[in-house]
Amino acid sequence: MLTAAALALGVVLSACSSGSPSSTPKAKSTASSDPYAQADLHAPGGALTGAGSTFDQPFFTKAFYVYNQQNPGVTVNYASIGSGGGIQQFQGQTVNFGASDVPMTPVDIAGATGGQVLQVPVALGGVTISYNVPGVGTGLKLTPKVLADIFLGNVKNWNDSAIKNLNPGVNLPSNPIQTVHRSDGSGTTYITTNYLSVVSQAWNSGPGTGKSVSWPSGSVGEKGNEGVAGFIKTTPYTIGYVELAYALQNRFTYAKIENSAGKFVSPSLASVAADAAQKPSITAVDFSIVNQGGATSYPISGYSWVLVYELQKNQVLGTTMVHVLDWLTHAGQAQATTLDYVPLPANIEQLARTTLLQVTGPDGKTQLLTTS
Amino acid sequence: MSLTTTIPSRPGTSRGLRRLLEVPDGAYRGALGIVAALFAILLLAFVASMVIQSRSAFAHFGLSFLTSTKWDAVHHHFGALTFIVGTLETTFIAMLIAIPIGLGCALALAFATPRRLQVPLGSAVELLAAVPSVVYGLWGLLVVGPWMREYIEPALAHLTGGHFPFSGAQIGTGLLLAGVILSIMVLPTMVAISRDVLMAVPETEIEAAFALGATRWQVMRKVVVPGARTGIVGATTLATGRALGETIAVTMVIGNTPALAHSFFSTGATMASVIANEFTEATEPYHLASLIAVGVLLLVVAVVVNLAARLAVRSVGHQRAIGVGVL
Repeated sequence: MLTAAALALGVVLSACSSGSPSSTPKAKSTASSDPYAQADLHAPGGALTGAGSTFDQPFFTKAFYVYNQQNPGVTVNYASIGSGGGIQQFQGQTVNFGASDVPMTPVDIAGATGGQVLQVPVALGGVTISYNVPGVGTGLKLTPKVLADIFLGNVKNWNDSAIKNLNPGVNLPSNPIQTVHRSDGSGTTYITTNYLSVVSQAWNSGPGTGKSVSWPSGSVGEKGNEGVAGFIKTTPYTIGYVELAYALQNRFTYAKIENSAGKFVSPSLASVAADAAQKPSITAVDFSIVNQGGATSYPISGYSWVLVYELQKNQVLGTTMVHVLDWLTHAGQAQATTLDYVPLPANIEQLARTTLLQVTGPDGKTQLLTTS
Repeated sequence: MSLTTTIPSRPGTSRGLRRLLEVPDGAYRGALGIVAALFAILLLAFVASMVIQSRSAFAHFGLSFLTSTKWDAVHHHFGALTFIVGTLETTFIAMLIAIPIGLGCALALAFATPRRLQVPLGSAVELLAAVPSVVYGLWGLLVVGPWMREYIEPALAHLTGGHFPFSGAQIGTGLLLAGVILSIMVLPTMVAISRDVLMAVPETEIEAAFALGATRWQVMRKVVVPGARTGIVGATTLATGRALGETIAVTMVIGNTPALAHSFFSTGATMASVIANEFTEATEPYHLASLIAVGVLLLVVAVVVNLAARLAVRSVGHQRAIGVGVL
């Protein structure tokens, strides 16, 4: 993982140097062994539009800004209107690409008017379990079963023996547990409920997996990560889930979750990356990466996706787009790290490229992503 | 009908006004007609497009969309009853607080405040209307909510012995907090309009009442307030409309639980809040159509409340006419 990050950083440095007009091709080719590293040089230019996921928005804004600094001919306007809106606009071909926290379903794809749809993983995120229990610091240990029971309302008090036995020596109060969830439809909720469904049969047959689910009664809903975090911060004896980047940036409490190898792991960029690396082959149908094996894996994580049409009707814009997206899923991942997103594992970077190589021009044959 | 038709003169209209209405200028009247029709057409087009987009939800769920309390995107089942009830509950709590305080404040501003304080105090109330609703939401979530949890809710539960409607867990967030925040948000509307209509009550009537030996309180109760009645109901209707549709502040403080509340302390959800919450990520079948259907219902509820208020004005008017002269 570290090598991938180092590689990405190297690529960014080389890309930075390529931004200055006086740099020579020779200097660039020695900077990286990746033949696509200077792929952005082949982006003819133009203004791209994208729409969708709000989760991607901070990353996209920064990455596209950096890309534009290096390639002044290319601008990308991204509207973070939510995955639902992104899919709709993509289906109606009003944007060049869409972005969604969950891949399009076969029903969504059937509604797409521009032909064959390709889905590319672009960002990796984790979800932390945050809480506010006076006298209890960060790092409370929870098993998948106890976590599901808390959210199902079966474990009702903080000093329940199920929690106590996992945390000997921690002074747990007898106060009732108040659970908090995201009231707005979100990829964060999807990843969390996906995890709970995988580890708990009762959850799977009850609320199930979705961007907004029917939460067991008594749970409070708050809008956005900031809403959930704000409520937890101001209300003692609460527990909820917050997106990893938000929790890290705000130095929030989080629980250590027992992974499938039986180890209690804190959420971090490294532990989420370790979980994702356990599943090298994902597809738009089989995309769940929660609860993977590995001793250092943090089990609550998932990808965000970009949606493109396989056949591009505009040769110039299509070529620009695939090169921008290829940059985004490789060198651009360094921008993700600075914002506490988890950089894509090397095998997923490769998968993104393989997918982008399928994109063709208006003739249906010419590959748009090229090295030379 | 010819464009030069004379409009029958209404009794009481001045000669000048009559002449203005009689202007045989086709272009002038046509332009006014278009402007007037524009809003009607806009409203109709708006309603039509909403109905069309929500049709699949109404067709699929039928009457159960109105009567079901289950809102479950994962299993594609949508019923809006909890949101309808939640909207009515929060609006009810808000108006319960805002009507007496707003009316009292308006009376105080109009009659019991030294003249040099009237303008600054009046502006202060009106400035409340300039605060963006998201700021009210944040303030409610981070300041008033904890305050409710620590002091107000325990006090209310203590006073009532924990009985309905002040029973259950005290977490700050919920219907009561939403109602309180809403009441503060609608107060400027209540106060500003009520004050203006109260001050428009003819001074001669007030003087006459005093001349008959009425006390200050009697004058307020029997002359000023009844005289301004229509305007006060109008102010209440406008304030209620705002409370029904207020979205972001409510979303931040209500707790967003689609379940029928059993207490003012319960968390809940309103029609506006569920739309704001779920619209962006509504990708499941029927989800988007159901949210737009909730929007249609919100429109219906707003119209019904508005009509009810108008009927109330009319019936109150009749009663007054009968009981006139009893001081």
